[in-house]
Amino acid sequence: MTKKILTEHINVPGIDTFDVYRQQGGYTAVEKALKTMTPDEIVEEVKKAGVRGRGGAGFPMGMKWSYLAKPEGVPRYLVCNADESEPGTFKDHYLMKHIPHLLIEGMIVSSFALGANKSFIYVRGELMYVIRILEKAIAEAKAKGFLGKNILGSGYDLELVVQPGGGAYICGEETALLESLEGKRGNPRNKPPFPAVKGLYQCPTVVNNVESIATTSWIINNGGDAYAAIGVGRSTGTKLISASGHMRKPGVYEIELGLPVEDFIYADEWCGGIRPGHKFKALVAGGSSVPILPANLALTLANGEKRLMSYESLSDGGFATGTMLGSGGFILFDETSCIVRNTWNFSRFYHHESCGQCSPCREGTGWMEKVLHRIEHGHGHQHDIDLLVDVSKKIEGNTICPLGDAAAWPVASAIRHFRDEFQWHIDHPTEATQPGAVYRGEMALV
Amino acid sequence: MTTESTIQFTPERLAEAKEIIARYPEGRQKSALLPLLHLMQEQEGWTSTEGMDYIARMLDIQPIEVYEVATFYTMYHVQPVGKHVIEYCRTGPCCLMGGDDVLAHLKQRLSIETGQTTVDGQFTLKEVECLAACGMGPVFQVREQYYTHLTNDRVDEIIDELSKQA
Repeated sequence: MTKKILTEHINVPGIDTFDVYRQQGGYTAVEKALKTMTPDEIVEEVKKAGVRGRGGAGFPMGMKWSYLAKPEGVPRYLVCNADESEPGTFKDHYLMKHIPHLLIEGMIVSSFALGANKSFIYVRGELMYVIRILEKAIAEAKAKGFLGKNILGSGYDLELVVQPGGGAYICGEETALLESLEGKRGNPRNKPPFPAVKGLYQCPTVVNNVESIATTSWIINNGGDAYAAIGVGRSTGTKLISASGHMRKPGVYEIELGLPVEDFIYADEWCGGIRPGHKFKALVAGGSSVPILPANLALTLANGEKRLMSYESLSDGGFATGTMLGSGGFILFDETSCIVRNTWNFSRFYHHESCGQCSPCREGTGWMEKVLHRIEHGHGHQHDIDLLVDVSKKIEGNTICPLGDAAAWPVASAIRHFRDEFQWHIDHPTEATQPGAVYRGEMALV
Repeated sequence: MTTESTIQFTPERLAEAKEIIARYPEGRQKSALLPLLHLMQEQEGWTSTEGMDYIARMLDIQPIEVYEVATFYTMYHVQPVGKHVIEYCRTGPCCLMGGDDVLAHLKQRLSIETGQTTVDGQFTLKEVECLAACGMGPVFQVREQYYTHLTNDRVDEIIDELSKQA
């Protein structure tokens, strides 16, 4: 059995209540942190743990914390990014819904470590029912003295505010999130200055993902070294994977980083294999933004070794043969899936979600969607594939925020690995637009 | 120029609005904008110009600051909508699970296209992007309720249930 750090108690009846969570050892990290540790000692443990940002960027959390500016007399803020919107990703939704106190506890110890007295949890507005669950949990924790003034007699004060978003993927980008939290359109900011220097209300701010913050309680209780002992290499600890698509058992799974992709897909403990009677065609391993891989490359590195669920192994081979762990949005495609249709679908998503500030993204995502739409609907031109590659290259790296890259990579990678399928749509429009028609040419199904 | 206020929060919602505004630091009351727009929509079913002007006055900001936000985010209905707004996920993972076919059935069942409201004013259909429930697709949302693992039959049941609601 895999080590469970976040989800060990998730199926305990009543775990969403303070009392049951407490019975299972909850809030001991708050006691330990506030009574026996200094903020710097906590930052040190999180650094030692090597935990990397679980929202998708994978930036070391302890390092991010250590960049926080601490000018005299200026408030500092911790903001939890619960704007989970990356297609294929639903782990934070799952965690907050079932075990809200895990996030609250993490927010308390993290806020203490950063010297924040008011912290925010920014939740996508569609999850209003989860916001109500979190608010109830906060009220319980406050009633028990774990939030509010002078927590556990330590002299430390903390107020937690849950903020709803309004429906915008871009607000998952941390500076867009801060703009939104200030009551504005979610337009990402130019950097520098980084939020660690000028964030919310122009004050020093740390923005961390739900899953990242939720790990801190375990790290406080068990030590950073114990956390770093789990996983593989620089991919320490566990990761929540959101599994969707054509597997037997979609759902959220906590895995130890370093698990072979093959085991995750086929073992009964996790996805339980491809749905019966079907073959494995392609994988998006880390949310819709990351490069799509054909089945053989998803399972195996160029040197023939098994590919692992880790930051390094998934990106092995660069974009030529690799991908990224991203947010852990694991979308599996069987042979009935049309890659062209899916790529068009993802392009429509990015076009819809572009904030419109940077012209390469605003215009480029629209062009990619338009060209993919015509290929998928039987009106593709011979030069369209090259045109898509060209447009994607002109977006990538040319925008304020990573949404541009996120829009470019799915298109570029789908063409890189499934070019024949695009060509088939252009060459055989009548056949390709029949209901349920899928390219059945030469490709490596597993 | 702002319109005369024909719309205002009920006393309960006004109390809630004041509590929300008090969450933020002094002078940062604009942070309450998104929550107050949700509150207005919960009360009125949509966010009208009158409603937005009322919120602008409450937060001491310009009406345009409210309009630009209400139209940027997808959740705010700036046109009147039906009693039940069905927000249907159209993104990749849900489509892999048959989302397109179920959506076609839903349109047929309601005799409307996306963006339209049924003639009896009961249902508005919107297509939305990923709702973060990909392992349970196809999915749609009506207000705060998620409906998962949709099939044509399940959609019929849900529409029947919602139609019966007073």
